Amino acid sequence: MFALIDGNNFYCSCERIFQPRLQKVPLVVLSNNDGCAIARSEEAKALGIKMGQPWFQIKHLEQSAGLVSLSPNFPLYGDMSLRMMRLASELGDKQEIYSIDECFIGLQGISNVTHRASEIRARILQWTGIPTCIGIGHTKTLAKLANHIAKDADRKPGSYPSRLAQVCNLAELNERQRQFLFETTDVGEVWGIGGQISQQLKQARINTVKDFMQCNPATIRKRFSVTLERTWRELHGQSCIALEEIPSPRKEIAHTRTFGQPVRNLAPLIEAVTEFTSRAAEKLRKQQSKASSILVFIHTSKHRSGPQYARSITIPVVRPASDTKSLLNAALRGLKKIYKPGFDLTKAGIVLMDLTNAQTRQAELDFGETESDSNERLMHAIDEINDRFGRGTIMYGSAGVGSEKKVWTMNQQRRTPSYTTTLGEIPTALT
Amino acid sequence: MNLPMLVLKYSQPVPVQVGEPVYIPLYSGVRAGFPSPADDFLLKRIDLSDELIKHPEATFLMRIKGHSMTMAGIDDGDIVVVDKAVKPEHGKIVIACVDGEFVCKRLYLLDGETRLQPANPDYKDIVFKDGQILEVWGVVTSCIKQF
Repeated sequence: MFALIDGNNFYCSCERIFQPRLQKVPLVVLSNNDGCAIARSEEAKALGIKMGQPWFQIKHLEQSAGLVSLSPNFPLYGDMSLRMMRLASELGDKQEIYSIDECFIGLQGISNVTHRASEIRARILQWTGIPTCIGIGHTKTLAKLANHIAKDADRKPGSYPSRLAQVCNLAELNERQRQFLFETTDVGEVWGIGGQISQQLKQARINTVKDFMQCNPATIRKRFSVTLERTWRELHGQSCIALEEIPSPRKEIAHTRTFGQPVRNLAPLIEAVTEFTSRAAEKLRKQQSKASSILVFIHTSKHRSGPQYARSITIPVVRPASDTKSLLNAALRGLKKIYKPGFDLTKAGIVLMDLTNAQTRQAELDFGETESDSNERLMHAIDEINDRFGRGTIMYGSAGVGSEKKVWTMNQQRRTPSYTTTLGEIPTALT
Repeated sequence: MNLPMLVLKYSQPVPVQVGEPVYIPLYSGVRAGFPSPADDFLLKRIDLSDELIKHPEATFLMRIKGHSMTMAGIDDGDIVVVDKAVKPEHGKIVIACVDGEFVCKRLYLLDGETRLQPANPDYKDIVFKDGQILEVWGVVTSCIKQF
């Protein structure tokens, strides 16, 4: 048995804990550089705001509907997530933290699960202020589906029976009740059935979860994939996806950003790409991997008028590397190849690809200490110094130094204070 | 073939401990003389966080602004420790949400009457009418003053 616990409109809920005046107000959290909505309160959803909708399209709602927008406050969300996850882990014997606001819990040997889940939910709400929903089922896919039902029953009265709101345990329902839920749930709500597959299924008249479950698994494998067949088995209660308690190392590491204001010249782009590469390389070393190639991209904004430009390039690294110097050489070489003057570039990024374990090293004849050995020690020293004295204490010169404000840096006009992670920014209580 | 390598210690960066403090039992290492009578006790130094924070996931810090709680020992500029896991009861000092602000007062909860009381005769109670809902955010469990 598995449970899936997730925080409702997590970023918005975190903000509301420390700003009581934002309760009941339509609220969105925007992406870095205040580009588009990445979290919406129920009130904002009711205004028709879509996930990922650009800010300029919804800005008028500030005036007409009292919409409040905030820049993201990741130190706050990160800390509130740790608190929530710690309390959620008490539901069962194992935990897989799936994202900042959701985790799977293994429920082996846990009795009275539904009651226990309600109590854990109440405790998370009381202790941290974060409202959650919990779905329970025999497989991870069923737990995810139960979570969707718990959430919709809670926020859209009439969509599902109200006693399934907040905590929904599919395993304790009888067959008739389960069939009713599968009949009334869109197949696109199933974990692992994305937009494209759901379109294809609907063309084949497979609209609901029940329709999908009545398909022949062999046909699904033939017409779609083994992965989708696995989803079918999971819906039928055969557990195929195990809990991952230790996150597997990432297969790609990306660092991208929308600029605070459009950039035309090469110099600020070099600064940006240097910083992205340095930060990505740091993450790469933390997970003890090496990258064999690096992708660099720049583009203009689709939402702006003016000439459009978008290019990307993948540059192989001579020998799989994790040191900033080698990766940076490759990245800047790539950037210079794709850069063209005369465009208002609004976004750039790099992706470290073909990651391998750092221990695997191609055999080479080497005599004495190679350059890469001394580089490794240099990188270790830089990482330790930056960990200890703050990000960017030591950096590559091309990242840009001095008092001149970088034109491409983050534009976060409406960020709330780091209420729980910086003593100078804790909330004020009036007496 | 792996040959033993001469490592020059001073050329290596010194690893820096930035994680949780590690508590090492304070043993006396010298064996020659009389054994220390403290050796039988594993020692752990007093940690203020342990003393002030009973529910780490539910505990938050807030800065006090104002003078209405001075008789309770809570002065302007102090830091209070707020525990959301503690049940708000009559007589407890709480953080409440009033008109969208955090307010620190003593909770009066008797005979169906709800008030927020100051601890300074110069200030008035905040009284709630029927139907008004008082939202208590958390309970103040201690107050930190730095001189």
